[in-house]
Amino acid sequence: MKKMNHGSQIFASILVNAVYAMINYPIVLISTLLAPFAFLIVISFVSHGALLPIAIGGALIMTMISAGTSLQGDLSHLKNDFKLQDMIVSSPTSARMYLIGMAISEIVYALPALLVLAILAGLYINTSILGYASIMAVMSIMFIFSISLGFFLSTLTSDVIQSWAFTGIISTILSALPPVYYPISYIPQQFQFIAYISPATYAAQIVQNATGYVTFSNSTLLIDWIVIIAVAAAMTVIAVKKSKWRED
Amino acid sequence: MGYLKCIKITKEYEKASKALRSVSFKVPSEGIFALIGRNGAGKTTLVRILATQLLPTSGSANLAGMDVVKDAKDLRGMIACVPQEARAIGWLTPRQFILSYLLWRGMDYSEAKRKTEDATKMLGIDQHLDTANRLLSGGTKRKVLVASVIASGAKILFLDEPTTGLDPISRSDLWRILSKLKRTHFIFLTTHYLEEAERLADKIGILDEGKLLALGTLEELRATVKYPYIIKILSDRKMLKPREGTVVKGVDGYYQIATKEKDAYEISKELIKEGVKFSMNPLSLDDIFYYIAKKPIEAENYEKDESW
Repeated sequence: MKKMNHGSQIFASILVNAVYAMINYPIVLISTLLAPFAFLIVISFVSHGALLPIAIGGALIMTMISAGTSLQGDLSHLKNDFKLQDMIVSSPTSARMYLIGMAISEIVYALPALLVLAILAGLYINTSILGYASIMAVMSIMFIFSISLGFFLSTLTSDVIQSWAFTGIISTILSALPPVYYPISYIPQQFQFIAYISPATYAAQIVQNATGYVTFSNSTLLIDWIVIIAVAAAMTVIAVKKSKWRED
Repeated sequence: MGYLKCIKITKEYEKASKALRSVSFKVPSEGIFALIGRNGAGKTTLVRILATQLLPTSGSANLAGMDVVKDAKDLRGMIACVPQEARAIGWLTPRQFILSYLLWRGMDYSEAKRKTEDATKMLGIDQHLDTANRLLSGGTKRKVLVASVIASGAKILFLDEPTTGLDPISRSDLWRILSKLKRTHFIFLTTHYLEEAERLADKIGILDEGKLLALGTLEELRATVKYPYIIKILSDRKMLKPREGTVVKGVDGYYQIATKEKDAYEISKELIKEGVKFSMNPLSLDDIFYYIAKKPIEAENYEKDESW
């Protein structure tokens, strides 16, 4: 049997889900560029620029989380409206290669926004190399978490309406609840526990600590790291084991 | 190439009734095998099981010497499938869609590019290579999907109702392509256009309510029917009774005599003598399907029909 070119398999996902979408519809580029800046701009204006570093860190996290939300929507669309998943299942492509390719495609899709945010981070976030490394690590972990969640949910959907419902729930839990663009102290204390439902809150605390704007105790940071690594690992295992690639 | 062998395949969905009920058959995995049946007969469920997309509740199937459940990973290198209701992604061009599909299958970029052009040329859609799929006609969009699976090099193709919704010319175009393709591929085709199966298939299976009712070549299926000739009286005039046979009321409202060859000949002679307009034909696949599935026709014994 002919050897599989895994590079080709990953490249196919990047082409379909990012490159061709951008080439065929350039408006996509503007949309993806603007998405993380809406909140960043509002928070910066409201705080008279004081929260800009935190908001930039938040936008970086949210860009990674949005990748999972987008992936869930994109894959559900391709699966339910075009029956692409069935075509791919009946081919030598494995669920793993499809997921890796689609995950990278979401990064490629988000590249314009990430590039601008990276420049802003370089300009406005004063931190050490370790601080930047922490931010990068948190971004990577949140990316793995959200991509796994998005892939898992997409394989369960049978209709795009169902997919929209999942998107709404994920967005609320991962984007609206957590204080990503501002410190958790801005939320009244009696409601702060709600924010801790979302793993994004733990990720935000690490990034906010790295920016130097808010200082958390070492024990809090340790818990934050444990939580985000644990949920990302658990979600990856669920995505690999429980996703409905071949239906039963 | 071997055989496609299904042994007691049953599929139960969670809430619905059984989609497949102990389906067993064996056909050579060459040429075209057409599975016909009404909507909801279980055709798509069987295709999805054989194309390794869906697990059966029980039973097993073997294709080209491989078990569709246990050896799915190896089998997937040899098969390609155009699912029912599949559409070429609207925001891509045929070139982009086919190329990506081939890359997904693990083909090198240069080979995929060449095969994309070859397949579209073969299907006569190369002039649309760089037009967005959403702007193409329904027939061309279907051909894009068929081109994808042809270009893949897979020798076993599953085409689930590939011509549904196509106009007669596009359908005929696709039939021409499939006729050529069956010389080198095994094509598992589902359709509810019985004419399609009649024209293309080497073997035909009739599936109804999850059960395989009949299997064979068109001639073999015809031979299973007791009365292989149909005389259709094209007027409301009383018709002659056959010595042996049945009188049936067709879906078009005309009465028909189903009888044996000799009786058919005698009756037709009488009808010509009386100047009655009629048609006489050996059973088509439509008639055989109605006969076997026994649903759209009310069969009645002529002796019991007092109006005659």
